[in-house]
Amino acid sequence: MNKIYPGIEEALDGIEDGMSVMIGGFGGAGAPIELIHALVARYKATGSPGRLTVINNNAGNGAIGIAAMIYAGMVAKMVCSFPRSSDPKAFTDKYLAGEIELELVPQGTLAERIRAGGAGIPAFYTPTSFGTDIAKGKPVAEFDGRSYVQERWMKADVALIKAELADRKGNLTFRKAARNFSPLMAMAAKTTIVQASRVVEPGAIDPETVVTPGIFVDRIVEVPNPAQEEALLREGAKS
Amino acid sequence: MKKLSNAQIAWRAAQDLPDGAYVNLGIGFPEMIATFKPEGREVTYHTENGILDFGEAPPAGEEDWDLINAGKKAVTLNPGASFFHHADSFAMVRGGHLDVAVLGAYEVAETGDLANWSTGPGSVPAVGGAMDLVHGAKQVWVVTDHVTKKGEPKLLEKCRLPLTGVGCVTTIYTSLAVIDVIDKRFVVREKLPSISIEALQAVTGATLVVGETVGDLNVPEL
Repeated sequence: MNKIYPGIEEALDGIEDGMSVMIGGFGGAGAPIELIHALVARYKATGSPGRLTVINNNAGNGAIGIAAMIYAGMVAKMVCSFPRSSDPKAFTDKYLAGEIELELVPQGTLAERIRAGGAGIPAFYTPTSFGTDIAKGKPVAEFDGRSYVQERWMKADVALIKAELADRKGNLTFRKAARNFSPLMAMAAKTTIVQASRVVEPGAIDPETVVTPGIFVDRIVEVPNPAQEEALLREGAKS
Repeated sequence: MKKLSNAQIAWRAAQDLPDGAYVNLGIGFPEMIATFKPEGREVTYHTENGILDFGEAPPAGEEDWDLINAGKKAVTLNPGASFFHHADSFAMVRGGHLDVAVLGAYEVAETGDLANWSTGPGSVPAVGGAMDLVHGAKQVWVVTDHVTKKGEPKLLEKCRLPLTGVGCVTTIYTSLAVIDVIDKRFVVREKLPSISIEALQAVTGATLVVGETVGDLNVPEL
């Protein structure tokens, strides 16, 4: 078993128009910048993959990462909890012009829907959003005297993930708070594609410290010294 | 009319942080509460992006942008900190494991309803973790000016703006008073000594319940 791919292009092979793409990260922490930018470059060169549904906590910042995807015109829909950032222009302009669709999901519900998708749980009940506009049209039920809203699982065709360590069997660790949604997304996508800062031999990651077991991971490409979205933005990166 | 600054409101709320509590402070104004935590009380801060027991901001130039809080600000770790993914983070929230969550507000209703995420059509809606945080924490505190910038009441019989949560707020720390939500009524716990109950009622959009003892809201100059 060897899930290591020789390059980013090969690892991203098979991402097609209209697919749903989960992208790890919370703000800049955990954003797989190299994978995203390679996908943007392919779209600019070939016109594909376009009309994507992108699932992330946010909706891009500045003009790099997910914002670069939006500026390039390859995103039809964003699923996120907080489409604001220090520079949300890419998303905001397109949203207000009606050129991009938004499915707003409370953050904990987003996480749990993705977890449920990966865990084979088609629906669950949560107190979150009961009595609010977000709950409109969703089934409500009472349990032990309290009201809860039914939410459905969320899956995706592809997940793009940034990990710290990986081995060829797919075991992953993450760096600090860059972990956020990535272990959940790795479970919920048909094809989970990982950029790892360092690939190590199987056994080099202590089994006690594996965060994402290899069964959830399909492809790994080593990207040493990866870019960090927030650091890039603070250095003034434009695109 | 004399009123408390945001820092003073944060100071007052901080005095009620219980020793040993797990606390989530919302982005912005509520974050100031950590500055005023009374000496000798140990409080563990949770940030919904996946850290328990984070500390102060690092010195400028020493930020690690993989180590941030929910407001995307760089933080440090206290000894005993832990990282976890988002599903675990929100299990801590909805599962009733947090003692206190503190949020800002556009409006609060006497029923405990909170509106703090959307000012209505025409803007980009963004909710983040607020709708999760208001359900699950044992206490949900709001820190806010008592009135809007236009001077209109923010404490109302019923919220006009889209709701964040129903019946969730337990205490409101305002620029004029400390008010508990008890049995769907605003109960005044403390008020500034310089303001009468009548004057407080005049800037409040729902009936205030005044017990036999209303404490003085005394806060140091900050």
